[in-house]
Amino acid sequence: MSPAEAAAPSPSPALLAVEGVTKRFAGVTALSDVSLEVRPGEILGLLGENGAGKSTLLKILSGVMPPSSGRIVFDGVEFNPHNPQDAKRLGIVTIYQELSLIPTLTVAENIFIGRAPLGPLGLVSWRKMEEDSGAIIARVGLNIDPATPVSALSVAEQQLVEIARALSLKSRLIIMDEPTSALTETEVQKLMSIMGRLRKDGVAIMFVTHRLEEASAICDRMTVLRDGRLAGHLDRDGGPIKLPKIIEKMVGRAASELYARPTLRDVAGDVRLSVRGLRTVRDPQAPHAIVLEGVDLDLKAGEILGVAGLVGSGRTELARAIFGADRIAAGTITLDGKPIAPETPADAIALGIGLVPEDRKHQAIFATLGILTNFSIAALGRYSNTAGFMAERREREALASYRKTLSIRMASPEQPIEGLSGGNQQKVILARWLARDPKVLIVDEPTRGVDVGAKAEVHQILVQLAARGIAIMMISSELPEVLAVSDRIVTMRRGRITGEMPGIEATEEKLMELMALDQTQEATQ
Amino acid sequence: MTSTTEPSQRGGINVARLLMSFGPLMFLALLIVVFTVLKPSFIDPINIFNIMRQISITGLIALGMTFVILTAGIDLSVGSLLAFCGMVAAVVAKGGTANTLSLSTSGTQGYGWFAALLAAVVVGAMAGGVQGFAITRLKVPPFVVTLGGLTVFRGLTLTISNGGPISGFDASMRWFGTGLIGPVPVPAIIFAAAAILCHIVLRYTRYGRAVYAVGGNAEAARLSGLRVDRILISVYVIVGFFAGLAAFVLSARLNSSEAVAGIGYELTVISAVVIGGTSLFGGIGSVGGTVVGAALIGVLQNGLQFNNVSSYTQSIVIGLILILAVAFDRWLKSRVRR
Repeated sequence: MSPAEAAAPSPSPALLAVEGVTKRFAGVTALSDVSLEVRPGEILGLLGENGAGKSTLLKILSGVMPPSSGRIVFDGVEFNPHNPQDAKRLGIVTIYQELSLIPTLTVAENIFIGRAPLGPLGLVSWRKMEEDSGAIIARVGLNIDPATPVSALSVAEQQLVEIARALSLKSRLIIMDEPTSALTETEVQKLMSIMGRLRKDGVAIMFVTHRLEEASAICDRMTVLRDGRLAGHLDRDGGPIKLPKIIEKMVGRAASELYARPTLRDVAGDVRLSVRGLRTVRDPQAPHAIVLEGVDLDLKAGEILGVAGLVGSGRTELARAIFGADRIAAGTITLDGKPIAPETPADAIALGIGLVPEDRKHQAIFATLGILTNFSIAALGRYSNTAGFMAERREREALASYRKTLSIRMASPEQPIEGLSGGNQQKVILARWLARDPKVLIVDEPTRGVDVGAKAEVHQILVQLAARGIAIMMISSELPEVLAVSDRIVTMRRGRITGEMPGIEATEEKLMELMALDQTQEATQ
Repeated sequence: MTSTTEPSQRGGINVARLLMSFGPLMFLALLIVVFTVLKPSFIDPINIFNIMRQISITGLIALGMTFVILTAGIDLSVGSLLAFCGMVAAVVAKGGTANTLSLSTSGTQGYGWFAALLAAVVVGAMAGGVQGFAITRLKVPPFVVTLGGLTVFRGLTLTISNGGPISGFDASMRWFGTGLIGPVPVPAIIFAAAAILCHIVLRYTRYGRAVYAVGGNAEAARLSGLRVDRILISVYVIVGFFAGLAAFVLSARLNSSEAVAGIGYELTVISAVVIGGTSLFGGIGSVGGTVVGAALIGVLQNGLQFNNVSSYTQSIVIGLILILAVAFDRWLKSRVRR
C-alpha cells in the first residue's frame, strides 16, 4: 500500500478533540494545556520521549483518571469518562502494551467476554460465538481457529485479537499504546497494513509510539509532546513526515537544560568488566523473548557507560546475564582480568557487582517493609555480627549517612518504603548497593518513574560514584539522560551492539539512527 | 542487645501503627472482660493457667507457622505431622510400639524423655525439609505439597501405630505435659520461651530480615543476593520442628500418643497466625501478633465452654468471631491509612 493513497487529511470534523487538558499530581504537572484532534479515517501519531506525558494523556482519554482542567469533546459532545467502561460504551478502545486478554480462554471467548451470544435456552451458543469471532478476526487478517487458547498465540497475534475485539465493539476510535514494541519486523508490517485498512473503513486511530520510522510510515498527522507540553503538530505533506522534523520537535532544545551536562571524560582507567561473545538461552516457553546474540563490551573503572536501545533491544537482558539473573549460553565475562561465571545474583554480588533493576516495584523494593530493611538487605552480613544478630546501631548510622549524602527525604527508618516518592525510593536502592562498595554497578532505567528534580540528583549521584572509581553501566531509553551522564555510549538492537561512540561526540540523532537501524525501512516502501 | 529500640515507636505515624498492632490485643481484652462479667470465676488464676496450657500446643505450631506465612507460604500438614512426631516420640520413649499402660516409672526399656523429644523434633524438622525441598526444587505450590503431606503423615502415623494409641510414659516425660513450675504449667513455660526465642530471631537477626524480605518480594530478594530457596526450605524446617515439639508436649500431657491426634489443628494454627495480623501474602506480621491470636482462640474456646455453650454452637460462634476479629483489624488499619 502506498502512503499516497492514504485518506487525504480533508478537514472533516474531529471525532475527538482534546482542548487545553492539564493534569496535576501532588505538586507535579504531568500534562500542561495539551490540545489535539483525531478525525475519522485518519491515523494520528502521538509521539514524545518517555515522561513526555503520553501515558497520562492516554489514561485520561480511556477514563482511568480525570483531567485537572480542560475539556474533551467526542463526536460533538463533551466527554467526561468516569471509568474505562464509559469510554468503551462510546466507542473508544485503548489497547495497552500489556495485553488484557485472558490467556487460558480461547480467542472466541476473549472476543465475546461478558457478552457471549445466547441460544434459545439462555445458554451460551458456542457455535454462533465461534462463527462470529471467525468473521471478526478475519477482518484483521488473522487466520486461526477461534477455539485456540490465547496462550498459544504469539504476541503479535494476541495484539490482532485485541484489535479484532475492539472492532467488534463498534469502536470508532482505537488508541494503540506502543503496539509494535514486542513485534518482529514482518509482524509490524502486517499490523501497519491492517491499520491502513481500518483507516479506509473510517475508524480513527491514535498511534502512540516512540519508533519514529513506523510513525513516519503510517501516520497522517502527528502530535508531539515534550515535558508534558504540546511541542507541536506535524502534517503529512505529499510524502511521509520526515524524521529530522519529528526529532527536532521531540528534542526541542539543543540538548536539554534539564540535564546539567557534566564534563564528559575520556576515561583512561583499567578495564574492569569485559564481556565477549555473550549469548543467552532461548526459552522454549517464551519463543518471542529477546536473547543476546553475541555481545562484546568493555567497562572501565571510573567510567559511566551508557547503553542506549529501544524496548526489546536486549539491554536489560545484557544486564541480567552479567548479574547472574539469567542463564548464559555462551561467551565469557571477566572481572579485573579474572574470568567469572556468576550463576545467581548472589554470586555476582559476592564478586562486587550490583544491579539497580528496571522495574523498581517488582524487582527492587520490598514495598511493605521499612526503609531500613530495604536499605540493608544486600549487605546484611556487614550490619550483623558473627552470631547473626543485626548490628542495628551501625545499620541505622549507615542509613543516616546515606540519607544525608543522597538527600533521601523520608520520615523515619521504619517508614514503609512504598510511602516514598519514586525518586527517594530509587535513592534508597542506590544506597543499598553503595553499602556494599561495588566494583561494578549496573543501573537499568535509573530515573524511570522519578520526577524531574530527583532525576538530576540521581544523575549527580551516578557521576560522583564513577568519580570514586566504580564502573557504571547505565541502561536507559531516555536519550537526553544517556547523553547527559555517559562518558561512552553503546547502542543495542535485537540482542546485538550496533555502535559505540564517546559521549562527547554523540547526539540524539546519531544514537537514534544506530538504535533504530533498518528497523522498519522495508515497511516504509 | 538492642531491646531499647523498638522500631515502631518513633516518629510521627507511630500512634497509628501502635493502634494497628494492638487491634487483636484490644479484641482479646474485650473478650476477657465480657467472659468475666458473664462469670467472674473466668478470671481465676486456675482457669487462666488452664487456658495457657490449652493454647500452648497449637501456639507452638503457630510460632513456626508465622515464619512460613511471612514468606507467603502455608503448611497444611502440621496436624498430621504432629500425630506422626508424637507417635515417633512414643516409640522411642517406650522402645517399641507395645501399648502397655504402665504406671511404673522404672520398668520401661525405652530410651527416656530426652531421646523421645529429640526424635520428635528431628523427624518434624526433616519432614518439613522434605516438603520445603518439594516446594522450591520441584516447584509445587506449598498448598499442594503440604496438602499431600497432610495425608502422607497421617498414613505413616497409622502405619507405625497400627491405628491405635501408644500410651504410658514415665513420670519424667509426663512432667513436660502436666508439671508445674510454681503455679505455671510447664507447657505454658515452653510456649512462652519458644515465643520469646522466635521473636528475637525474627526481629533482631539477619535471618529474620531475610524471612521478611523473601515474603515481601521474592524476586527483589533474589536480586539482592538472598538465597531464596534456602530460606524457604528453612521455614518449613522450623514449622516441622515446632510440630515435633508440640507433639512431644501433647503426648506427655495426655500420657498417650494418639494416631488421630491433631486433626484439624492446621486450621486453628493458621487462624491464630492470621488473627495475629500476619498477612497471608507475606512480609507483614510478628510473633507477638501470633501469641495474641493463639490466646484469642484459647480464651474464646474456654469462655464458651465455661458458659456451657454446646460444642455445636461453639464452633459456629468461634468461626464468626474469627472473621469479626480480622474484619475489625482491617477496619482499624483502613482508618489508620487515611
